[in-house]
Amino acid sequence: MKDINITIIDREGVKHNVEAPTDMNMNVMEIVRSYELAPEGTIGICGGMAMCASCQCYVESDHSLPEMSYDEDLMLSEAFNVKENSRLSCQIFITEELNGLQVTLAPEV
Amino acid sequence: MIKTDILIIGAGPTGLFAVFEAGLLKLKCHLIDALPQAGGQCAEIYPKKPIYDIPGFPEVLAGDLVSNLMKQIEPFQPGFTLGERANTIDKLDDGTFVVTTDKGTKHHAPIVAIAGGLGSFEPRKPPITNLADFEDKGVEYIIRDPEMYRNKNVVISGGGDSALDWSIFLTDVAKSVTLVHRRNEFRGALDSVEKVQELKNLGKIELFTPAEVIGLVGKNNLEEVVIKRGAEVFNRECDHFIPLFGLSPKLGPIADWGLEIEKNAIKVNNALDYQTNIPGIYAIGDINTYPGKLKLILCGFHEATLMCQSAYQRIFPDKRYVMKYTTVGGVQGFDGSKKEAPKAVIKSID
Repeated sequence: MKDINITIIDREGVKHNVEAPTDMNMNVMEIVRSYELAPEGTIGICGGMAMCASCQCYVESDHSLPEMSYDEDLMLSEAFNVKENSRLSCQIFITEELNGLQVTLAPEV
Repeated sequence: MIKTDILIIGAGPTGLFAVFEAGLLKLKCHLIDALPQAGGQCAEIYPKKPIYDIPGFPEVLAGDLVSNLMKQIEPFQPGFTLGERANTIDKLDDGTFVVTTDKGTKHHAPIVAIAGGLGSFEPRKPPITNLADFEDKGVEYIIRDPEMYRNKNVVISGGGDSALDWSIFLTDVAKSVTLVHRRNEFRGALDSVEKVQELKNLGKIELFTPAEVIGLVGKNNLEEVVIKRGAEVFNRECDHFIPLFGLSPKLGPIADWGLEIEKNAIKVNNALDYQTNIPGIYAIGDINTYPGKLKLILCGFHEATLMCQSAYQRIFPDKRYVMKYTTVGGVQGFDGSKKEAPKAVIKSID
């Protein structure tokens, strides 16, 4: 298993190219936290259960992501600043197919 | 004024367990929580989720963990101030503290333990530019007194249980009830969804989906909401707009208590006792930070235990004490109850 490269644009618009491991069952929200790209307490509030929308992101690259679960879909239906390409980053798990993924973090609400 | 030995801010698992550890040291506790029930995030966000890393429990539902903790601390008769947020803290000349809530309830204690998790739960507010202008002038995030909606035109937005349940409830009170939700599907309980469908068919609830409230209109008080459904944008007369999008934790007023804050958390002395930069104020559980901090319930339990030992020494600086095992000392409740290991039966052999 190898690391992949992903690009995260933080809430201030700053672009970060980071490496993400594919063998630790990590998701994009956790990658953001591990690189401290959003202040603690403003992202991943529910811990990654798709039960808050604090980790909402916009998927900017053309990757085919796993389909949304019912929970994620409904959580997004109550989130703010939702766009067509919105996802909860805690539900995007790091796999080799996601090499080159680019996401922008949604504003904090 | 409520008086206690340890005033605990936050009634999540860490705060609840602190009551037990304090009780073993004969210290009384009182807890304040902004939520109407004890349990913190475990009760509010994920009561039905299993937790797998509580030592000794291969699997426990978050809600069950809270019930078990409540049972465990029952002998120590903790007091609760629920549904109120700890707003201000004052240090008295004798070094003790008075904590006042947003509703004015005052609590006096020599020790304050902040076990506030990620902060107090506040309503999530939709991003409507002039929303704040109409707060308490027609916009409410929490329904405190349903009577204020009698014979009024009410617009509710949201798709969860509270939006559904209040829409149903207010049909008997309000002049009109309009429910606006971004999707056709609702996240709430199935029977609530069916009830709303029934009330819609009877013309008692007007339903706009998939739609959003995008603006508010009024001279002083709220008069109309602007609703967007697809490409269509229209105004709707209303006296009250109630956005119900759940709750989100915010550090809130604690941030202004003079405590050292780092990464939205309170810095503590982890090598010793989880005390903050203000002697007598401790921070335990998810709300604190120190090198190597992990936001885990099991770590919160450990921190609560050490905090209580330190609090005891602070309250009784001249008393000598050594920690006792419950297997040895048992548990003697403030309610007169007593639990202890059964004594071995000795029978002589003739």
